[in-house]
Amino acid sequence: MAKFDLKDDSVVVVIGSGAGGGTLGSQLAQHGVRTVIMEAGGRHEIEDFANDEWGMFGKISWLDKRTTSGSWRVAKDFAGLPAWIVKAVGGSTVHWAGASLRFQEHEWKVRTHYGNIPGANLLDWPIDAKEMAPWYAKAEDNLGVTRTNGIPGLPGNNNFKIMKAGADKLGYKECHTGRMAINSEPRHGRGSCQQLGFCFQGCKTGAKWSTLYVDIPIGEKTGKLEVRANSQVLKIEHDKSGKVTGVLYADKKGKQHVQKARVVCVAGNSYESPRLLLNSASSMFPDGLANSSGQVGKNYMRHMTGSVYALFDKPVNMHRGTTMAGIIMDEGKHNPKRGFVGGYEMETLSLGVPFMAAFLDPGAWGREFTTALDSYDHMAGMWLVGEDMPQEKNAVTLHPTEKDQFGLPVPNVHFDDHANDTAMRNHAYKQGAAVYDAVGATRTLPTPPYPSTHNLGTNRMSAKASDGVVNKWGQTHDIKNLFVSDGSQFTTGAAENPTLTIVALAMRQADHIARETKKGNI
Amino acid sequence: MRVMDKRPKVTRRRVLGAGAASLVAFTIMPGGMIIGAGNAWAATAKALKPKTFATLLQMARDIYPHDFVADKHYAGVVSGFDDAAAKNKGDKKTFENGVNFLNVSAISEHGAAYVDVRWESQRVALLRGMEKDPFFQRVRGALVGGLYGNAEVWPLFGYEGPSASKGGYIDRGFDDIDWL
Repeated sequence: MAKFDLKDDSVVVVIGSGAGGGTLGSQLAQHGVRTVIMEAGGRHEIEDFANDEWGMFGKISWLDKRTTSGSWRVAKDFAGLPAWIVKAVGGSTVHWAGASLRFQEHEWKVRTHYGNIPGANLLDWPIDAKEMAPWYAKAEDNLGVTRTNGIPGLPGNNNFKIMKAGADKLGYKECHTGRMAINSEPRHGRGSCQQLGFCFQGCKTGAKWSTLYVDIPIGEKTGKLEVRANSQVLKIEHDKSGKVTGVLYADKKGKQHVQKARVVCVAGNSYESPRLLLNSASSMFPDGLANSSGQVGKNYMRHMTGSVYALFDKPVNMHRGTTMAGIIMDEGKHNPKRGFVGGYEMETLSLGVPFMAAFLDPGAWGREFTTALDSYDHMAGMWLVGEDMPQEKNAVTLHPTEKDQFGLPVPNVHFDDHANDTAMRNHAYKQGAAVYDAVGATRTLPTPPYPSTHNLGTNRMSAKASDGVVNKWGQTHDIKNLFVSDGSQFTTGAAENPTLTIVALAMRQADHIARETKKGNI
Repeated sequence: MRVMDKRPKVTRRRVLGAGAASLVAFTIMPGGMIIGAGNAWAATAKALKPKTFATLLQMARDIYPHDFVADKHYAGVVSGFDDAAAKNKGDKKTFENGVNFLNVSAISEHGAAYVDVRWESQRVALLRGMEKDPFFQRVRGALVGGLYGNAEVWPLFGYEGPSASKGGYIDRGFDDIDWL
């Protein structure tokens, strides 16, 4: 395990240790590049995980102050918690469900395929499916994704069996136990899934991939990677030429230090990454770093989401086994005949009693609500996740008055559903209920969105510098040794859960940075 | 398929607990009133008035009514309010004033204090009238975490709680559905 000096300006600093930062840092180290990962949260290893929904929520979630605005329901239900993401080594790969899907080919070029959608700030990615195919293959191998690389699918649990029976009755063709980064058989030193449930609380067996116990230890063993936990970066510094030179960060005790750097890569999720660029404003860059386009923080996407839970007259026990146990992919295609562009996935989901009470219908009370919970063990559930429209007004901005524990402006997250998002959600609610009605549901419950887990787009990738923040390598258009390495670089969101794409982009970016630093270009 | 036995389990400790509660039930309260078994928990109040405790308990049951969940689980959350009231005068005022407001409404509508309004639907209508009130939201919010987060109530819902120590569900019914 390496330990680098604060004044060592030959290191690459990666901010964040999740799917983007954790992958990038480890890959850079494996390429021989000396790297420091700065992680705002603590390091909680598998033995610190507990099968306890609120206990783990309190331990690993990003709970620093945030504000919300806009007409999205999350702003009403969870005004101070717009995102449900992790502040810990491993980032949100600690609590993710494991769904690992590639973008569909057209989803790299939706401006071309969908045309001009009023109110949407659509743009084609400057990369395509062909360019990404080898990186997806590498990512799938690294994550051990089921149904790739000869890895069998996971067995279906009760919640999946209900979904599958309903899907068959409705004539859906693509319903299976998913492409999951959860070992269905022992692989690469990790065991197979024991169907614990509690995937969102950190996998106690390590069968689910996380940078925490897969990539980061591999990186550390090279002697080229240092992971500095409890180190929250407050500002990125630059010199007179406009190149970044290092980062100002606060340690566990709040003491501030500067870590010098040759290259800085930002991977703090789609709220903290743009916030950090905006909070790094200087006399040379008064609108924030890498913001000549004015697009930093803009085009925030969170996926069209919602859930359908259904009650049956016989027991289901959906809490047994993996949280996301199967998928229907038929609605994922772009089929504008349904009244909206883009598509959505239907993925089983289960919550324990504590979370179900909080999320089934936030704020609801009385018998309409409690009679649903009375049937908890007779309940099946699915999450609906689809492509939402980037809109310039949906944005992460700096709050004019509210400050965090370091005296820096907190992020405000503004979001309004686009008409396309609403049409898609209504369709998804209807189809989700139909799946369960087909197998005899006595009641279906259209559950509103949870705090956002798929936060995307606030430093988007663009061919032209005027359209976005980073180029096709995730390198900022304005500053050549400053990169963005997380989901905030997404030009558009696609229907699929984003982690596999974030990992593939990070692997590709690591290869690029290693090559360019060796050539002396950055 | 393997299904949970949702009946409350009677253990020696719980029998003793219930015994203590039934003793409380017949305690003679100030003013000479003998409170009934349903109000037994009110006698445990430290900072709140017993009547306030009893009203909060009824309110808790009316907000999240589960007929198979015993009073003690709701009372556990109300005891948390009592603890807060003991530590903080502002909290005490919040609960006493909130309950007072509820009783004023109840008397005006039904000529009886909240706990004496007979039908749940009538009590719920009173609560609907104040559901935006911070007092109501505090009670409701605390119940979401405190009632449903209480591991003792989970078996009553058929939720089995932590599974890692039992080896997960791979051999314990994760795929045992037999009625499809």
